[in-house]
This record gives sequence, structure tokens and C-alpha cells, in this order.
Amino acid sequence: MLYVEINGIGFHNPLILASGILDESGDTMKRIASLGAGGLVTKSVGIKERQGYPNPVIYELPNGMGLLNAIGLANPGIDSFEEEIHLALDSGVPVIGSIFGADEEEFAYLAKKMEEYGVNAVELNLSCPHAKGYGMEIGVDPDLVESIVKEVKGRVNIPVWAKLTPNTHRIVEIAKSAENADALVLINTVKGMVIDVDARMPVLSNGFGGLSGPCIKPIGVRAVYEVSSEVDVPVIGVGGITTGKDVLEYIMAGAMAVEIGTAIYLRGIDVFRKIEKELKDWLLKNEIKSITELVGVAQRR
Amino acid sequence: MYRVVEIERIRQEARNVKTFRFADDSSPLPGQFYMIWIPGVDEFPMSISYTGALKGFTVKKIGRGTSRMHDLEPGDKIWIRGPYGRGFHIDKRRKSLVVGGGSGMATLGPLIEEIKGDVIIAARTKEELIFTERFSHLNPWIATDDGSAGFKGYATDLARKLVEEREYDIIYACGPEQMIKGLVDLAFERDIDIQVSLERLMKCGIGICDSCSINGYRVCVDGPVFFKEELKNMDELGKVRRGWSGKREVVR
Repeated sequence: MLYVEINGIGFHNPLILASGILDESGDTMKRIASLGAGGLVTKSVGIKERQGYPNPVIYELPNGMGLLNAIGLANPGIDSFEEEIHLALDSGVPVIGSIFGADEEEFAYLAKKMEEYGVNAVELNLSCPHAKGYGMEIGVDPDLVESIVKEVKGRVNIPVWAKLTPNTHRIVEIAKSAENADALVLINTVKGMVIDVDARMPVLSNGFGGLSGPCIKPIGVRAVYEVSSEVDVPVIGVGGITTGKDVLEYIMAGAMAVEIGTAIYLRGIDVFRKIEKELKDWLLKNEIKSITELVGVAQRR
Repeated sequence: MYRVVEIERIRQEARNVKTFRFADDSSPLPGQFYMIWIPGVDEFPMSISYTGALKGFTVKKIGRGTSRMHDLEPGDKIWIRGPYGRGFHIDKRRKSLVVGGGSGMATLGPLIEEIKGDVIIAARTKEELIFTERFSHLNPWIATDDGSAGFKGYATDLARKLVEEREYDIIYACGPEQMIKGLVDLAFERDIDIQVSLERLMKCGIGICDSCSINGYRVCVDGPVFFKEELKNMDELGKVRRGWSGKREVVR
């Protein structure tokens, strides 16, 4: 009922752990798979070890609206990540290696390494909103996006997913420039800031951060809706998914699967199990045999 | 969301350790922690050392944030969020042995007020012992590595001696990781229950960043207090932790 296939990779459900949430340690990823996730995207890994920003790196918005974070692409470096990938692969669900680089060569090198480690696909982080020279700073340039995707595609045999930013008015144009990828992932966090009025300064040590959680869901649904009708590759929806109905919104907008992160903070580490049940209940009630029947049904044609 | 609290009293507990008392209407359980933000300086996790209306943090000077905290005076403010994490599960009927090593005693303070049994306060040297006066009415056992006060040797050695001489239902511990590892081994060997409070580098404090994870358990949400059945297969205990980048490091 919930089985989906993307680029020939089978997922027992379309609920994939999003990059940057509990995916630095292979053991933690294994645990999340055992608690119901259909797939795992790793933390974004770069060429070299990177410390990220000092604390505070996170801010909890009131009333469960979501989180603002600026971890700053902290990662142990690709050479130290093989062990974590192997542990994650032990879980039995597909593992997608997320990578970030400064240029085509770095992305291609990292993708090749991930392929050697045995991941099922790579996800290009073209969208982190809080790291100088990486992520979104690259991902808002359609020409650069196109050439990075092309270079990576030419160097690896596994599927290549491109994760795109909502922090642009040219999202369809950027998505089309990334269409050489095997799938598009939309959206990364929305660039934001929180100021503590008593301290009279931004809370995050980096000032800016990426907004996630329920407050960004309509932005993500809109992006998936706009992009999926314009491209021929599968789209994976991300942004604020917390319940089974949120998943259905993204699927009906045109997503084949979804990624989930902040919901772990809101509903616990077993949130994948909870959402899976909510989805099944809705599909049964509405007599839908396979969730794939619903992909894009909300699109006006 | 932070709340701003004002420091009302400060007490020097030991060399490099001070207790900061403040009013806050949250209701933490023994073993829970808060994130303390000193704007423009740092944010760091800190377990609660006094519950009740006038709460307390007992802070050892170890990094940027804690050093700055030591410069604060009554009337100064700190920003806090919490309480977070899982605290101790307390059964008042059980005979307990509480073992606190160094500033680990800070975490155990509120627990000791609620249980019955024996307390070991341990440190490397006499000047680093904390809460000996606070719990003097309980006649705590004292251990110092250098023998400058009480039993000369490690807390684990004294605990082993007591466990052999007396009957305990449970050991509660917080302190250096090798001490905790030793006590966990002792608990399995002697078939005694155990709960320990663990420490790892912590960034988010709310269970999403994976920095503090140990064998897939998040110290900030699944812990910081862990139970015997969880400790059984925790092979990273006393061996592996993660640095600020997420890279595996050796636990000293």
C-alpha cells in the first residue's frame, strides 16, 4: 500500500529521514529505520572535517511552529564517514548519502566516495541557507546547478538527487536546470532570523538560520506543486511534514515520496511509525490500494 | 524560547566550582538539565543541582561559557530553556548507593534529597570535593584519588568495598566516564540495579542534531539518565564520543 519505487530503488514506505536530523551516527540512523523510516538520508558531508558554528545553533519557535537552526554543515569529513554509512546500510532500508561541495569537482569527488561506500543514491545539498560558499549560495545559480549535476552524473552510476532551495523566486527555472538529476528534492529550510529582545541580538551564533517545521509546509507544498508539473523526474517533498495528512498534501501536489526531520522533535523518534499508521488508516478509509495512485492528483490540468 | 532569570546567590563550592541560585517556576526532576545561554558568549547544557522554588546550577569552569558564568554576580541574568531529558527513576523504598565523582555530584544533589542509602562523594583531591557540607547530615563517604581526604583511591574501589560489605538494591552515579564504566561493570557483576547520568558534547538539547548520541541513544532526550538494560549493550561507554564536527573521538 505504501511501497514506492524511485529510480529503481524500492522503499517500503515513502517516509525518508531528511538530511541533517539524527544522521551523523550510523547507529542512530539504524534506530530510526527500526522505528519505521522507509529510507535514510545522511547528514551532509564535505571534503574536510568541519566544526560548524558555536552554540546556540538552534531556536525552538513557540507553539510547535518549528525550529530555526544554523548548525553550519558540521561534519567529520568524507574519509571518516565510511563507518557510519556501513552501519546505516545494516538497517536494510535505502541509504542516500548527502554531500556538499564548493564546486563541480568537490561534488563529483564526494559522490564517487559515497558510491564506493555503498549508498543507494546521493543527494546534492544545493540549498543549505547558512553556510558561506556552499548550499544555497550555489543553488540559486541555475548555470552552476546545471553544471554540478552534469559533472556528478558523469562520474557515478548510482542515482543523483538534487535538493533545492526555496530561497529564490526562480524555483522552476532552477529545478529545470537540475533536471539532469534522477530526482529533485524540495525544499530545504527557509532562511530566517530570530532576535531575542532581552539580549537585543540574534539568538543563533550565526545570526541567520534555516526555518523548518509546520510553519514552512505551505511553502514546500507550493514548490512541489509548481515544479512537479514542469519536470519529468520524480520529486521528493520536504518541509514541515508532521502527520499523515501532511504527507498526502505533498503526494497530491506531485511528490513521489517525502523526507521528514523536524517532526522527530515535535512527535518523538518513533514519528515515522506514527505517520505510517495515519497514512494507512487514511488510505484504507478512502479505499486507495497504493499511495502512488495519489501522486499529483491535486494538480489542475 | 528562552526565559531570563536573575542570579540571586552565588556560592563557591570547590576549586573552579560555583553554585548559582535563581528563581524559576519550572518543575525539573532530579537528573534533568537545562540549556544556559549567555548572549554573545556561548550556550551549554547544565544539570539542575537544586530543585524547588530557588533552583540552582552548580557549574565547573571548563569552557568559554562556564568561565564567563563564573564572572557573573548576584543581580546578573542568564537565559535558560528546559528542563530537558529523562531524569532518574526514583523508588524511595530501595536501598541506594549514590556515587558522585567531581562535578558529577551537582547532578546527584536533588536525587540524594529523595532517596535513602549511602553517598560517596569523590574527587581527585580534597579541594575538588563538593556538597560535603550540604549532605553532612548523611555522613557521606569521601574518596580522593590522592588521599587528601577520606578513602585514598578511586570512587569505584570504595564502591566495590561498600557493595561487598553492605546490601544495595541500586547504584546511582554521575561523574567521569571511566568511573561510570567501572560502576556499570560492578553492577552487572554483583547483580545490582544501576542508573547513571551520562555526558556528551551537546548542541541542540532537543534530540535532533545527533551530536550527543551514544550507540543510537540521544543523551539529551533518551537520557541523560540511562537504565541498566540500556547500558548492557552500550559498547561506546567509556570508549567513543563525538567531537564538535561529529567525528568519533576516544573517551579519556
